[in-house]
Amino acid sequence: MKHKLHRIVLKFPQRLVNQPIVYRLIKDYDLTFNILKGYVTPDEEGLLVLELSGDSKDYNSAVKYLQDLGVSVDPLSQDIQVEENKCTHCGACVAICPTGALELDQSTRKLHFHKDKCIACLLCVPACPVRAIEVDF
Amino acid sequence: MRKTITEINEKITKGKAVIVTAEEMIDIVRSRGAKKAAMEVDVVTTGTFGPMCSSGMYLNIGHTKPRMKIGGGHCYLNDVPAYSGLAAVDIYLGAAALPDNDPRNMVYPGSFSYGGGHVISEFTGGRDIRLTASAYGTDGYPRKKLDTWLNINDVNEATLFNPRNCCQNYNVAVNQSDKTIYTYMGILKPSLGNANYCSAGQLSPLLNDPFYRTIGIGTRIFLGGGIGYIVWPGTQHNPSVSRNKKGIPKEGAGTLAVIGDMKQMDAAWLRGASFTGYGTNLIVGIGVPIPVIDEEMAQFTAVTDEDIQAPVVDYSRVYPELEKGILGEVNYAQLKQGTVKVKGKQIPAASLSSYAKAREIALELKSWIQKKEFLLTEPAVSLPGPENGIKIRPLKERPVKE
Repeated sequence: MKHKLHRIVLKFPQRLVNQPIVYRLIKDYDLTFNILKGYVTPDEEGLLVLELSGDSKDYNSAVKYLQDLGVSVDPLSQDIQVEENKCTHCGACVAICPTGALELDQSTRKLHFHKDKCIACLLCVPACPVRAIEVDF
Repeated sequence: MRKTITEINEKITKGKAVIVTAEEMIDIVRSRGAKKAAMEVDVVTTGTFGPMCSSGMYLNIGHTKPRMKIGGGHCYLNDVPAYSGLAAVDIYLGAAALPDNDPRNMVYPGSFSYGGGHVISEFTGGRDIRLTASAYGTDGYPRKKLDTWLNINDVNEATLFNPRNCCQNYNVAVNQSDKTIYTYMGILKPSLGNANYCSAGQLSPLLNDPFYRTIGIGTRIFLGGGIGYIVWPGTQHNPSVSRNKKGIPKEGAGTLAVIGDMKQMDAAWLRGASFTGYGTNLIVGIGVPIPVIDEEMAQFTAVTDEDIQAPVVDYSRVYPELEKGILGEVNYAQLKQGTVKVKGKQIPAASLSSYAKAREIALELKSWIQKKEFLLTEPAVSLPGPENGIKIRPLKERPVKE
């Protein structure tokens, strides 16, 4: 049994926002979850950023279930980017990041974004003086 | 043994000069000693790339037909108000200027996504900016309205003129209160949640010549990717602060006023910046070459991050209330390693000034000198040092009662 942590962004079309989808993920697929972020606007799609873990077979079936329903599933890492052509590598984002996902390399003094540690809190976004951190949920 | 700047320039033109960065100089002096290093090395290049609030540009846009006297009227560059208290077609824009309709901090903390610093960067990069102006009209200058695109290639002069840049040392900002605060030193989390600093430390120009022995009025420098000059001590130049055994100021001290032709600068080294809850700014790249005229200069240019202390200041109360007192001192080696101890607590430290870019600037300036594209200048006048006794003062406020 292989347990892996998956950080994913789910986007729900309007017709699905009132359905208990996360409940099914737990009950039918035996996944544990941590909601990192979520919002639903009445006229638009719903968005949920989840940290899921469970057996990899169950996880894959769950993703298929979601996609069949019409929910888009993307890894979180695709939705938060540090724009290389804007970043000055100052490091103003580093101390504000609660998980150590943003780190300055000790020898090159350049910024590294460890996407696997990012929890999408977005505290770094307003802390960046050149607004190099792009969020595309 | 003492070298003159003329001798160093002769060596540069003959391709015989030895030029190293302030980082490289550390190991040279460590392994060979200052005396030998002074004989072997001719120039040490420095660099810094950080937000420098007191920056701006002046333009002469050329006369309109019919003529218009913008002086005394109003003008905007991309909706950001520029100063129009000069002659007919000279205007000045500062980095902190904001569009009239920017909400500021009405919705706290404001985002300050666009201001003077961004206009300066875009204009340097060759982007068209929109100039709108209105004036009252005179016999010789009848025109009253203007709305035009403006490009750096079309104006007579585009001059970067920054009254205060390149601070010799700076505060480390922390927040002792119980709520997040938004400052020019970045976002500071409550209860000493983080510590922000802003200096290139061992690479920073004025920390490599702490008593301004070689840096002065007329010094040719790297400015915004092009060539610029030091024209005056910067505002709030404060050389008489306390210094450590090596002569390094233990807090903000010397500053520089710099000038240069923007037409030969590069937007990559002049970047608009937004400080949430505070305002806009310009990140300026500066590199100063330091001639190693003697053993003492070799020793000064070998300064390391461990040698430089900075005061930890509470920005929730002490700074805004102009109170006295610091929470301690830390050095730049500790800051760069990522955490510092303040009041017994280990807290994460972050920089607002890019060390990676400071290093690039020092290397770029080194290559200019190696290619003989850049010669050193003899300062016309030295900057005031501690012996001048200059001390900056707070405003002597005398409230007007009517």
